[in-house]
Amino acid sequence: MSDEQQFTISTFYNFVNEKRLMAAKCSACGNVILPPKPMCTQCLSTDLNWIELECSGKLVSYTVIHVAPEQFQSLAPYIVGIVEFKNGLRLPGMINDVHFEDVKIGMDLKLCFGTSTSSQWPSWSRYFFRPV
Amino acid sequence: MAGKPLVSIVSAGLSKFGRREGTMCRELFAEATKESFDRCSNLDPIKDIEALFVGHMGESYEHQGHTGPTLADWTGLLPKPAIRIESACASSGSALRTGIMAILSGLHKIVMVGGVEKMTHRTTAEVTEYLAMASDMPFEQWNGITFPGLYALMATAHMNKYGTTEEQMAQVAIKNHHNGTLNPKAHMQKEITLEKAMNSKVVAWPLKLYDCSLITDGASCLILTRPNIAKKYTDTPVDIIGSGQASDTIGLYERETLTSLKAAKIAGQNAYNMAGLKPKDVNVAEVHDCFTIAELLAYEDLGFCSSGEGGKMIQQGTTELGGKLPVNTSGGLKSKGHPVGATGTAQAYEIYLQLTNQAQNRQVEGATIGLTHNVGGSGATASVHIYRRN
Ligand SMILES: CC(C)(COP(=O)(O)OP(=O)(O)OC[C@H]1O[C@@H](n2cnc3c(N)ncnc32)[C@H](O)[C@@H]1OP(=O)(O)O)[C@@H](O)C(=O)NCCC(=O)NCCS
Ligand SMILES: [Zn+2]
Repeated sequence: MSDEQQFTISTFYNFVNEKRLMAAKCSACGNVILPPKPMCTQCLSTDLNWIELECSGKLVSYTVIHVAPEQFQSLAPYIVGIVEFKNGLRLPGMINDVHFEDVKIGMDLKLCFGTSTSSQWPSWSRYFFRPV
Repeated sequence: MAGKPLVSIVSAGLSKFGRREGTMCRELFAEATKESFDRCSNLDPIKDIEALFVGHMGESYEHQGHTGPTLADWTGLLPKPAIRIESACASSGSALRTGIMAILSGLHKIVMVGGVEKMTHRTTAEVTEYLAMASDMPFEQWNGITFPGLYALMATAHMNKYGTTEEQMAQVAIKNHHNGTLNPKAHMQKEITLEKAMNSKVVAWPLKLYDCSLITDGASCLILTRPNIAKKYTDTPVDIIGSGQASDTIGLYERETLTSLKAAKIAGQNAYNMAGLKPKDVNVAEVHDCFTIAELLAYEDLGFCSSGEGGKMIQQGTTELGGKLPVNTSGGLKSKGHPVGATGTAQAYEIYLQLTNQAQNRQVEGATIGLTHNVGGSGATASVHIYRRN
């Protein structure tokens, strides 16, 4: 089985590395699954396909993290939020290139792609959000 | 049959909560169990207790896994089966439910359930990282989202949707800090003012220092029996008459709403149905105020008020001592402290005291029905229990 046929988080991040936002779509019931899961959680089918999502979305909620875990301390304070894409699917992530005072629920954001930073597990590529 | 006792609590114990320098989990758990043994002189723990179910969240703190037998060893309970249960901050709520199942199955007549965590010997950065393990790793932790951060996302959404204010959240902290001054076992015995709460340092906006529960060391336990033998061990057993537990997505971002915990709603509904009771029947409750916003969500999810009205409810004073439904008389996670694995059965300990008239100067007069609401992570686990004075 090629990597792309595996509906795993690792494959999701391989797509992120190729600058593509991908979700799994169930052929049996039409459910779109993000993050991808190996089985449709609505109808339990494993007949899935990858579909590409548009990177534009709206901010659902946000916070500014001041007390951070060790790994993120050099970035604090940083803004994180939950963003909803057109089909109602959501992802959390950092919101960069914006002042806290300008962040508003409902604002338009775009998912942007970073790069893989680590040689240790997990060597997933990064994504983040930025105002349009 | 609704309202039938599932099990009876015949004794309970709680270690002093706080910074317990120089102790380990096993020693704190021994302190809690000793109190429960001393309270129940008709019970011979070594002979009578048949199994131990214990909630414990993280082996990172002490680099110690295999908690079940370790705790049985330190409390004289070897060679009884001893099983650790992990559901993040709802670990001992889940252990309690497991103990109930063990008795209802007929396999055991008397069991101990409890929980423990030792946290304060670690730096805040380390604790923040260990706690975050109860959130979704590949999307939440990976993007630097902390536990206060997850509840902050709920708070921002609640403020935006219902107009809930930072002052209303601070009122929860003021109430629970006040209750904590009446509880000698609470981590903090310190009144706070609105001004102090509002001006405290930001942890994850809009949540500030005084919106957060404490990093605490502590242990708690209960001794459960079949209801028909409870009176052999105590004149004042407390019956558990409702138990509900539910699960939700590990990622907060996958949920339809950020302003309510669906698992807590379902767990509450199931517990009420089992007990044959309604929210208005509850006289005293311990809810999972890991952050002040979480207590407001609990009022709404448990049906103490309608959706969006949590902020109003705290302002009206309904949940203060002396109010119609006192909540977190122990001081809650905010002031009594939140040794995560110990919290669920520590909540039950407070309800046990309340329903047996042992809560001293924080006693809710005439309380007959109590409720506990224990939430794991950002709401992927919720465990609700309903108690009745026997
Ligand atoms: C809020 C938090 C980050 C504060 O930690 P910190 O910044 O390291 O604070 P410190 O330990 O340096 O304490 C500074 C002072 O504030 C007090 N303090 C610490 N946490 C407090 C809290 N949550 N509420 C009130 N006072 C607190 C300390 O006692 C200390 O007082 P002192 O100076 O008089 O001794 C930490 O308590 C925390 O992470 N709490 C949340 C825990 C959590 O997420 N639990 C799981 C929930 S699901
Ligand atoms: Zn399907």
